[in-house]
Amino acid sequence: MELTDVMAVEQAQAGDREAFRVLVERHSRPAFRLAYRMTGNQQDAEDVVQESFLRAYRQLGRFDHRASFATWFYRITVNCALDVVRARQRRAAQPSSPDGNQPDALASLASADPGPDRMAMSGQIGERVAEAMRELSPNERHAFVLRHFEGVAIEEIGRLLGVAPGAAKHSVFRAVQKLRHALEPLVETAR
Amino acid sequence: MNHLAEEDLILYYYGEAPDARGVETHLAGCEACRAEYAALQRVLNVVESFPVPERAENYGRQVWERLGLGSRRSWIPWRWPARRWAAAAGVAALMLGAFLAGRFSPGPPRSGRAAASAPQVRERVLLVALGDHLERSQMVLVELANANPRRELDISAEQQRASDLIRENRLYRQTAARTGDAAVAGVLDELERILLEVARGPSELTPAGLERLRQRIRADGILFKVRVIGSTVQNQEDRAAQNPAARKL
Repeated sequence: MELTDVMAVEQAQAGDREAFRVLVERHSRPAFRLAYRMTGNQQDAEDVVQESFLRAYRQLGRFDHRASFATWFYRITVNCALDVVRARQRRAAQPSSPDGNQPDALASLASADPGPDRMAMSGQIGERVAEAMRELSPNERHAFVLRHFEGVAIEEIGRLLGVAPGAAKHSVFRAVQKLRHALEPLVETAR
Repeated sequence: MNHLAEEDLILYYYGEAPDARGVETHLAGCEACRAEYAALQRVLNVVESFPVPERAENYGRQVWERLGLGSRRSWIPWRWPARRWAAAAGVAALMLGAFLAGRFSPGPPRSGRAAASAPQVRERVLLVALGDHLERSQMVLVELANANPRRELDISAEQQRASDLIRENRLYRQTAARTGDAAVAGVLDELERILLEVARGPSELTPAGLERLRQRIRADGILFKVRVIGSTVQNQEDRAAQNPAARKL
């Protein structure tokens, strides 16, 4: 029988390291996707995943099942990603794009290995989406990623980002407006 | 007829419109807004193609291996009550003298693989206890250093942990000083000062208070110093663990 998250957490809290391994193996890939969308950088995303599990491991004794493990862990991942991005911004003495990402990290990733089965148009769209995402400010990007890709309610986004719900909502609106401005011509052409 | 604002459509798209029924009714009767909403949908659907590098199927296993949690002997630190940590610290401190007298610096691997000896076993116990102490100290500081700087923060849990750590730290520091290991004693002294600040400060930190504490942690480079000692201890511990006699612990 497959170990559910609830069972795995209970067993891990009781000292079963194999149970914690199950949680790590199960949630690593979704955590990477979230971290990558938040940071826009593969290495940062790898660091975020690792740091998130370390934090989860340290705090597991305090986890009380009021939320699901996935929700609890995902909050940890978001906070780690925000810490990484802020640290990177502080370090960023060299010229960088407005959100502090490596200048061509997303674009190069988008175009580096499109794969043989991807059509040229979809590759181009992916590339343009990556470029448009890179143009968002950090708050816009984080709020948008959480709302659009992770399905987090705006009020919760405000809590996660440490801003008022109105500010979180505004960040989502601004992000959508910028994305529309950047992508609408391409989308309409492709119709 | 008033048209829907873009904000209304965005909230509706994400299922957060305060008056979803009203938006639906309006869309049903307004071609311009329907077109506007369709354009918004097309863009947001396209955003789904935002490329994320794929991870291998066994990525979770790779992460687990990198974490190194599988090899930690005390992998559930929260389950050790403070009394037990204090007792372990007391026992370990009694042995610290012999340990610090020449063993702390990385030396050539010991070649003797004979039967279990009391010094080997004691060294292993000490290494595990000291390594755990350093690791738990590091966790408290890292959590504070990484806390969200924009919010008020309740650090009462960290304060309790810091108080427990101070008692242990004092034992290790005094023993290190007695045995003349000034470098280790110095780092433990710095660590103790920071832990004292955490334990004796307010349990509710304002963003400004948290920032001061974070700067204090950063300014002294204490995390780095603790990591250096911790990694030396870990190396010693690994060597001790490779010894078949010590592995019986």
